[in-house]
Amino acid sequence: MLTKRVIPCMDVKDGRVVKGVNFVNLRDAGDPIELAQRYDEQKADEVIFLDITATSDGRATTIDMASRASEELHLPYCVGGGFRSVADIRTMIAAGADKVSVNSAAIADPSLITAAATAFGTQAILCAIDAKQVPGNPNKWEVFVAGGRKNTGIDAIEWATEAAKRGAGEILLTSMDRDGSKDGFDLALTRAVARAVPIPVIASGGVGKLEHFAEGVIEGEADAVLAASVFHFGELTIRQVKEYMASQGIPVRL
Amino acid sequence: MIAVVDYCKGNLKSVERGLQGVGADARITDDPRTIRKADAIVLPGVGSFADAARTMAETGQMDAIREAIAQGKPFLGICLGEHLLFAGGTEHAGSEGAVPGLGLIEGIADKMPATDAQGNSYKIPHVGWNSIEFVDAACPLFEGIPDGEYFYFTHSYCAPKSTATVATTTHSVTFPSVVQVGDRVFGVQFHPEKSSTAGAQVLANFVALAKSKTAR
Repeated sequence: MLTKRVIPCMDVKDGRVVKGVNFVNLRDAGDPIELAQRYDEQKADEVIFLDITATSDGRATTIDMASRASEELHLPYCVGGGFRSVADIRTMIAAGADKVSVNSAAIADPSLITAAATAFGTQAILCAIDAKQVPGNPNKWEVFVAGGRKNTGIDAIEWATEAAKRGAGEILLTSMDRDGSKDGFDLALTRAVARAVPIPVIASGGVGKLEHFAEGVIEGEADAVLAASVFHFGELTIRQVKEYMASQGIPVRL
Repeated sequence: MIAVVDYCKGNLKSVERGLQGVGADARITDDPRTIRKADAIVLPGVGSFADAARTMAETGQMDAIREAIAQGKPFLGICLGEHLLFAGGTEHAGSEGAVPGLGLIEGIADKMPATDAQGNSYKIPHVGWNSIEFVDAACPLFEGIPDGEYFYFTHSYCAPKSTATVATTTHSVTFPSVVQVGDRVFGVQFHPEKSSTAGAQVLANFVALAKSKTAR
């Protein structure tokens, strides 16, 4: 049976992990590859590097990182952030990324998903969606861009459905309301998107404790659960999370 | 030398490095002459069946691989490389219905259904770690690997049932995740180069087999 995935996500700037990593026994806590290898040892199912680099020099460093990752990692990895065109995506795939995630550029021009999926295959293209609940309407969420600062007014479920139709292979769904809150995933949002699209959904934003991971799968109906700080700060290990999920009857690779 | 066949200018570094990491002299090549000279061949999975099969036929890679296999050289097809062992595939085939593959196994690789026989829905692509169940536990590629081991899959099409099936995996359907022809031609639906230590073991077994067949 296909197992549910547990995915640590690293924010990377100029080829270095940012947002504080406090992980025991790392020689270089800022090295995304070394961190990813530790997660591989803990049986992470894949890793996501989110590139928050703003400069073109920094971008080149991230491409070097992706290239090193393809040589040194033995698990699948996705690079997200900053892709504006098929040419940008081609550079990252050529460097060795198994998947890329597209976000605001795809909202500005949805044909980017179609073109990228045609060029590199559905399995290589994740559509990242940052969604926020519409105040006063618990069953409606809108898509935000620019790190959650700008409301596009686009309905999150409709956008997820369109992204899937256009050839995205997975949806990486982040609740902007829950991100950083440690209150758990937005389960209603996750479930609504998971039921609306025929492709896998990765739940993101809000994990603070073990129970949240299991809820994301059981109540949120997510195919994969993503977290960052709880892993980086060593609050939880991947193994602890997977053992807990298994105890709740969720199929995981232990 | 193990030739890693590059039919689409894709990124095959992780396959190459995976093989090198277990002691192989692996080399990425798109040249049919290099394929003919190789001691063993790895055909990775990038792109669609139709695009890959047409390119390989046009460049002479398909003939070079057929010759190498006929000469008894060990072969490992990964993901789409597994599908290419079959008579044909429908992915991106358009009005042709199916494009011919290497034709070593009967049957056509086709799209995975989104529902099972009971009508339950499944997410496609089939992405993530799934287990393999052996039909024939004696496959040398899986020496030291227990029944039920997990590997990383990512695909929307799968190979058809045949007598070549060595192991199966179940999602919306139960499909052949490992196939074998004779004693040295293999195809795997999963990505060993992305499957952590279990995947490295599969690659190591293939390299050991390639070395033993070459020495003979």
